Amino acid sequence: MSVAQSLNYHIKFKLFGSQIVKWQANRAYRNFKEPKNRKSDILASPLKIGVKTKELITKHYLEGRYVNGVRPVAWVTSGAPVEILKALGFYILYPENHAALCGARRATLDISSEAENRGYSVDICSYARTDIGTMLSGKTPVGKLPKPDILLACTNICQTVLFWYRVLAKHYNVPLIVIDTPFLYDNAEPHQVEYVKNQLENSIETAERVAKKSLDFAKLKNVVKLSKEAAALWLEIMERGKNIPAPISVFDQFIHMALVVEKRGDAETVDFYAKMLAEIDERIEKGIGAVVNEKKRLLWDNLPIWHKLRFLSEFLAEHGVSVVASTYTNAWGELAPMIDVNNPIESLAKTYIHPILNRSAEYKLQVMEKMIDEYKLDGAILHSDRSCKPYSMGQVDERNRLVTQASKPALLLEADHSDPRSYADEQVKNRLNAFLEMLGV
Amino acid sequence: MGVKSIGVDAGSTVVKIVGIDDFGKIALYRMEQADPQIEIQVDRMMDEIKQEYNFKDIPIVATGYGSELIKNAAKRVTEITCHARGAFEYFKKGGTLLDIGGQDSKVIVIAQNGHIVDFIMNDKCAAGTGRFLETSAWRLKIPMEKMGEIALSSDKETPISSTCAVFAESEVISRLAHGEKLEDVIRGLHRSLVKRIAAMVYAIGFTPPLMLSGGVVLNRAIRIMIEEEMGTKALLPEHPQLMGAYGAAFEGLDSA
Repeated sequence: MSVAQSLNYHIKFKLFGSQIVKWQANRAYRNFKEPKNRKSDILASPLKIGVKTKELITKHYLEGRYVNGVRPVAWVTSGAPVEILKALGFYILYPENHAALCGARRATLDISSEAENRGYSVDICSYARTDIGTMLSGKTPVGKLPKPDILLACTNICQTVLFWYRVLAKHYNVPLIVIDTPFLYDNAEPHQVEYVKNQLENSIETAERVAKKSLDFAKLKNVVKLSKEAAALWLEIMERGKNIPAPISVFDQFIHMALVVEKRGDAETVDFYAKMLAEIDERIEKGIGAVVNEKKRLLWDNLPIWHKLRFLSEFLAEHGVSVVASTYTNAWGELAPMIDVNNPIESLAKTYIHPILNRSAEYKLQVMEKMIDEYKLDGAILHSDRSCKPYSMGQVDERNRLVTQASKPALLLEADHSDPRSYADEQVKNRLNAFLEMLGV
Repeated sequence: MGVKSIGVDAGSTVVKIVGIDDFGKIALYRMEQADPQIEIQVDRMMDEIKQEYNFKDIPIVATGYGSELIKNAAKRVTEITCHARGAFEYFKKGGTLLDIGGQDSKVIVIAQNGHIVDFIMNDKCAAGTGRFLETSAWRLKIPMEKMGEIALSSDKETPISSTCAVFAESEVISRLAHGEKLEDVIRGLHRSLVKRIAAMVYAIGFTPPLMLSGGVVLNRAIRIMIEEEMGTKALLPEHPQLMGAYGAAFEGLDSA
């Protein structure tokens, strides 16, 4: 660590930057004002906790600007078992979250072109193209991303990450840890858990070498505990959607899930979700629904369309449609009960094999059918995401089964989580309108 | 017999207007190639109809991609609902409606009570729509209305593997350059389109009978090949292009 880097970090981030962001957020929270352009006739006021979401994310990226040379930096996949790195004091960057942010800020096209111009195919996931584009050009809406000292790719979300992270490893010339998770057709067998557990144990040495310290198991247990608590609270928050009217929609969830992905294992994340839950309970008590005139309740499958969140949310709300549950946001909470604080490594191995993306189409269908039943849903929108092949594979059959077995109307909507070129406004409106007419709204 | 309701289907290729009478029969209809300034075009068409049929204060329902531009419509309803309604009112039964339009194709499963059970539309590209044939017809300088008959005059089929309208065009040229006969290549082109559409029907699940609508099914080769692919006879309305506008007119009666 150089003195200059340390001074820079402490002055610009610790002393001023983070404090200013915190002060601004606290003030905005205390004097919460509804945004002027809000459509109050169709949507509830945004959650006050949104101010805190923004604060924590801003602080996270702000720290990233100055963190190199002060704390070791890891770039990890969204479903990576991050707890070991957290316990070793790594600053964690999630390129997928960064790419989603680029999508929401409509920066994807510009940044991914940097990768495409170097020969990366447009058929590669737009998150990967965005990340590689940032790697090659330095372009990012958050100012600057820290360079990684280590990379952690877990194959529980897709196989693309394996090749994507190899590109990063070569470019940055840093160690890459791969955690290979066998695909599950049913629940994990003991030998499968053992296989992942061995890889986790073996990764510790590399991580320690980069962090230049030894793993403190008490610290690891604490991080695992905090991860579990955040995920459990997140699950509880989503389950509040069972109320009629639903106090939050999946469009709210898409925004506020950022922390359970990006900052799980932190104490402030647990505090954040506890506060969020309290605010939602307050809504329930007052009978406030996310959609003012909730007439129909839907399920969302697959990733969000980040650049169209607002349009979709308002378009559906105008028709009294609230999208109250999603398999995607659920994935960040449903595994909380599996985490065993007293048996951290083995339970991490077990937990990280079980994400929905690492399981069969049959399992996903079961999750959807269960949600339709428990959340009293009237239908489903399945986003066929050009970028996310593992999530989208099987959706044609899943949609047909929802229609024939669960007797629920279901729409397959073609788009991409962040590439606007794979989205056609008129076609989407046309199909959504027809679907809404079918639902009778 | 008076006109009770008007349906306007402002499609991507053709504008269709249908007026229905007390018995739900087609009392009048108009069809024109869609003009970029669709609003002015529909206004003019409506003025002509009004002069001829002398009606006022009857509901007008708009559907199709240009429906937002039809300002004097009492309401706008999607093509899915309108086509299903049109088919149900025409055939008086449920089944699977296959509508092949200029830029959209749709498969709609209609229940015996006329309700929509399920629907599917072509994905974002023009494969499986009229545009697929149009681009090649234009390139070959063959009028669209002759494409079907040329295809049927062939006794051998040259396979066209591309489902992309743009790539199919170059594939057609390449096949011809390699000495394949025009009618065989055009038949292959039809087959490619029909296979794509049949896949849509199978994807959603086929409930007989098969009903056809849309301008593309005026092409006899398409009709014959769809029946071959699906292994069943298809029901064809007198004016397949008007199904959306016809259904829209019925939607107008509901709100009256």
